[in-house]
Amino acid sequence: MFEQILTHAPALAVAIPLLGAFLTPLVSKINGKLRNVFVVIITALTSFIVALLSYNILAHESVKFAPDLVKNGIQTYIFGAGSAGDPVVRIVFEVDGVNAFMIILAAILPLAAVIYSWGFMKDETGQDKYYTLILLLTAGMLGMMMTGDLFNFFVFLEITSIASAALIAYRVNNKFSVQAAFKYIVVSTIGALFVLFAIAILYGQYDALNMAVIAKSIQYGLLDKIALILLIVALAMKAGIAPMHMWLPEAYGRAPSSVTVVIIGTTLGSFYGILRVGFTIFGEQIISESNLEVGIALGWVLVGLAILTIFIGVLMALKQNDFKKMIGFAAVAEIGYMVLAFGAALATMYQDSVTGITGISSSGLTALKGGMFHILNDALDVSLLFLVAGAVYYVSKESSLNRLGGLARNMKYTTIFFIIGLVAVSGLPPLNGFASKLMIYQSTYEINPILAIVAILCSILLLATFVKVFYAAFLGPKLPKFENVKEVPKSMLIGMLVLTCVIIFIGLFPNLVVENIVTPAVTALQNASAYIGGI
Amino acid sequence: MMAFQIPYLAVAGLIIIGLYAVLFKRNLIKMIIGITLIESGVNLFLITLSFREGSTAPIYTSSPGGPMSLPVPQALTLTSIVIGVAVLALMLSLVIHIFKHYKTLDVRKIREEDN
Repeated sequence: MFEQILTHAPALAVAIPLLGAFLTPLVSKINGKLRNVFVVIITALTSFIVALLSYNILAHESVKFAPDLVKNGIQTYIFGAGSAGDPVVRIVFEVDGVNAFMIILAAILPLAAVIYSWGFMKDETGQDKYYTLILLLTAGMLGMMMTGDLFNFFVFLEITSIASAALIAYRVNNKFSVQAAFKYIVVSTIGALFVLFAIAILYGQYDALNMAVIAKSIQYGLLDKIALILLIVALAMKAGIAPMHMWLPEAYGRAPSSVTVVIIGTTLGSFYGILRVGFTIFGEQIISESNLEVGIALGWVLVGLAILTIFIGVLMALKQNDFKKMIGFAAVAEIGYMVLAFGAALATMYQDSVTGITGISSSGLTALKGGMFHILNDALDVSLLFLVAGAVYYVSKESSLNRLGGLARNMKYTTIFFIIGLVAVSGLPPLNGFASKLMIYQSTYEINPILAIVAILCSILLLATFVKVFYAAFLGPKLPKFENVKEVPKSMLIGMLVLTCVIIFIGLFPNLVVENIVTPAVTALQNASAYIGGI
Repeated sequence: MMAFQIPYLAVAGLIIIGLYAVLFKRNLIKMIIGITLIESGVNLFLITLSFREGSTAPIYTSSPGGPMSLPVPQALTLTSIVIGVAVLALMLSLVIHIFKHYKTLDVRKIREEDN
């Protein structure tokens, strides 16, 4: 049974939410409650299949459900031909350690968001469209994270940008959300068009769209370099790396909270695109002896961008008055930490004088692991904070921190969730943010102490910002207008609880997660030849 | 030889004009026109890649024989056009809503009203 599902799992993970999305309006015609149940079931089913798929790829050989499907840690799914067709000319889903790691994230976030929406969206109109778009977004995100075909990647990228722009503008009667949606769609369309342009350049050179085939034959000539720069810049724009981050706090802040949580997943999907392009398609060229200086220089450029991103995020978060926009800037800073880790890892590249092998040094490896781990942690922590901000908005219809206060008296569970999110996002022990940030601090300290100092300092500033928010929104005197405020509905609490449980679990057993999920992902990331061999 | 370069020059021209419109025009509709120009540029690039001199459309049933142009980029272009239409429709509908709120499409005036 499992074997049957697992054979088609990569296709099912995209097909189920996609079909669900188109069925949602129909189910919605029958009954609103039935639709909510239907959407939760579809998302849960998707998460279950994704969990099976990831487990089968990441688990040790002896405990896999279907070891035959996974060769060299990679499961390949060829559309329309079973295993007999020539994969080069077909659409291929190639799931390796990195993909398996990313799709875990893409499975948790929509599940939490959909459960949360049940209560959060209760009084809104147009819920059938809302759930349809959420499911489309989930399908696009999962497709983006699994596809082995560059053009397919572009298509899924566009699906996510269209769905998220429509969702950001969900409250069309608010002029700011429409504006944020417009900014988002302009940025992501231009980004996607440049991705397509780069794909066309690569196609013109190598007559292939398959990532593995292109990676195998890449020459690293002038046109390839142009394609590399276009791809990285366009995807960095979509991932919200400074100086192209301006759309991100707007979009995160103005969208309904449950939507923001899913959009965080797509942003990290774009970040995954950068990793795939940098480490797999151009991997053997960048990490090679002839381009050693180029690789190191690229690493330092990334480090510079990362420091800039962290600074901008933290400083802008400090002066924000809007609850959700502030978390948006904190999210920018968190993305900076990931870029810092990956940049630092590239900057430690060296050539062994005895064996002549080029590679990333051991502190660079810790940085890679820390960065990879932080992708997961950042998504969970920031999402939890957004859900809390949404809960506060739900009861008070107020997002300005100046007009909030004393909510802890009436909303004790939400307050507890906020404290957990606060501790996790600012990297305090014992929660998950600490585990990954410690790895980043440690490795960057070995590379250059100043980097680690800046990173720690910014983390402390982030803590200060959130403590300020905690005081402004939850503590303080009881405000008369919030006299009758009640705790949010159960479904919203469950949505937040899902994320909190994962956060606490990772916080308590970081080694378990690093060993079983993060390390295979990092190994797969570095092993471009295995990915090429998967076809 | 020069004649072969013209489509590529047109691609570069379309993309640059489009980028100019997105970055420097103040009217939202003109920004959208800029985006569609970039899109046309990229689509033209894809089509140009597949074309060889003297080739015919890749349709077997009524082919006069001789070389055919490569069908894959044409399929890609078709997909890209469809996506482009969806994005264009969404952007225009957002602009309609922006106009309803601000009664203007001028970026500067919108920004002034926000502050």
